[in-house]
Amino acid sequence: MHRGKGMKFVGDSRVPAERKPNVPKDYSEYPGKTEAFWPNFLLKEWMVGAVFLIGYLILTVSHESPLERKADPTDAGYIPLPDWYFLFLYQLLKYKYAAGDYVLIGTIVIPGLAFGALLLAPWLDRSPERRPSRRPVATGLMLLALISITYLTWESVVTHDWNKAAQQGKIITSKVDKKDPGYEIFKGQSCIGCHGSELSGGSGPSLIGTGLKPEEIMKIARKGRGAMPANAFKGNDADLKKLATFISKQKK
Amino acid sequence: MLQKVYDWVDERLDITPLWRDVADHEVPEHVNPAHHFSAFVYCFGGLTFFITVIQILSGMFLAMYYAPDIVNAWESVYYLQNQVAFGVIVRGMHHWGASLVIVMMFLHTLRVFFQGAYKKPRELNWVVGVLIFGVMLGLGFTGYLLPWDMKAVFATKVGIQIAETIPVIGPIAKTFLSSGEIIGAQTLTRFFAIHVFFLPAALLALMGAHFIMIRKQGISGPL
Repeated sequence: MHRGKGMKFVGDSRVPAERKPNVPKDYSEYPGKTEAFWPNFLLKEWMVGAVFLIGYLILTVSHESPLERKADPTDAGYIPLPDWYFLFLYQLLKYKYAAGDYVLIGTIVIPGLAFGALLLAPWLDRSPERRPSRRPVATGLMLLALISITYLTWESVVTHDWNKAAQQGKIITSKVDKKDPGYEIFKGQSCIGCHGSELSGGSGPSLIGTGLKPEEIMKIARKGRGAMPANAFKGNDADLKKLATFISKQKK
Repeated sequence: MLQKVYDWVDERLDITPLWRDVADHEVPEHVNPAHHFSAFVYCFGGLTFFITVIQILSGMFLAMYYAPDIVNAWESVYYLQNQVAFGVIVRGMHHWGASLVIVMMFLHTLRVFFQGAYKKPRELNWVVGVLIFGVMLGLGFTGYLLPWDMKAVFATKVGIQIAETIPVIGPIAKTFLSSGEIIGAQTLTRFFAIHVFFLPAALLALMGAHFIMIRKQGISGPL
């Protein structure tokens, strides 16, 4: 590189006037079959990328990404499930010594130790030895972690009720006529809390296709039934009649 | 013509050294699957980057339709999935890419770990890599809420409950994540901002550092 006196610049800028040749480095004297990244190796990388992309697209078109029904945060009966790569953590928290009084073991101690050890691996495993067989502690701990993650994920998958999960998340297309005066009353009373905004049930049973006559429904709304308390309906008889007729109309 | 354009720019900005810096680096024999098939294990890092690029691109297109508020979020995703031309593919790529990137990153981490490639002088690059892993998990967690469907809200609820158990900082972490007492409108906008602005910015900075360090030190030698 030219230094000091005699340097020439382009105009009044700081760009040197002397051009550098735009030629690739020579790798022929490098050890083994060293290759240039540009363009030789990049082309091969692109081919690997293209094959990978085909597989990726096949996965995308053959399995539509899931979408459950719109969130209803008041639905207390919903059994939550995280994305698959958090399942092992979710499963860990189901065990006795990682839940309840010991929940900190499951939420902080074990994940913290694992992540901390991973982050600080270069300082925990300081020998210059690189072969896995020559550093049995590091290799052993990582294998143990892998086995635990696999086992916990597996346990979580086999103990989850997938049919129920599919049911509880299903998108229900609304058949309920929300412009009906009966629905207005339904919304205004406390019904919606247990029977849901689609009348499909929640903590209370579904009101669709009950097969009950309006008179029977009026009686239940006044006197209660099962877990439903008496006097759940507050209002005049004319409104109650409208409500009962509306509910008895709901067919499956 | 192209050469003339290049020379014109080069005369003014001296871009040749910059370009040679990007193009000229050796690919040693032991990492090249064309010479040793077992060297495919060195592809995982590159594939992680490849999926990250796809995630950024597909995410940019998703943002054209997505509305981050609790009234319209679910409807906008439903519309994208069922009405928009190729919407199902764009969302599918983002959804499956989120899983694939975790898989590839995990395999890359295992390759580096079992080869002991994190040892001196590459300790800092390992630390940055583990931080990238954390950011990716954060992107997965925040992105899961955005469709605002049942599993999104309830998984987030559990996640925030877990954060709340942390001694001392737990309640603050909960308030920070959910932006208040309940999981609702502000949680969604907050997760959206974290997912689309904060974490990607952190990810790009960390990845930049990751790549500069690789170029500086070269890839670790054969075992």
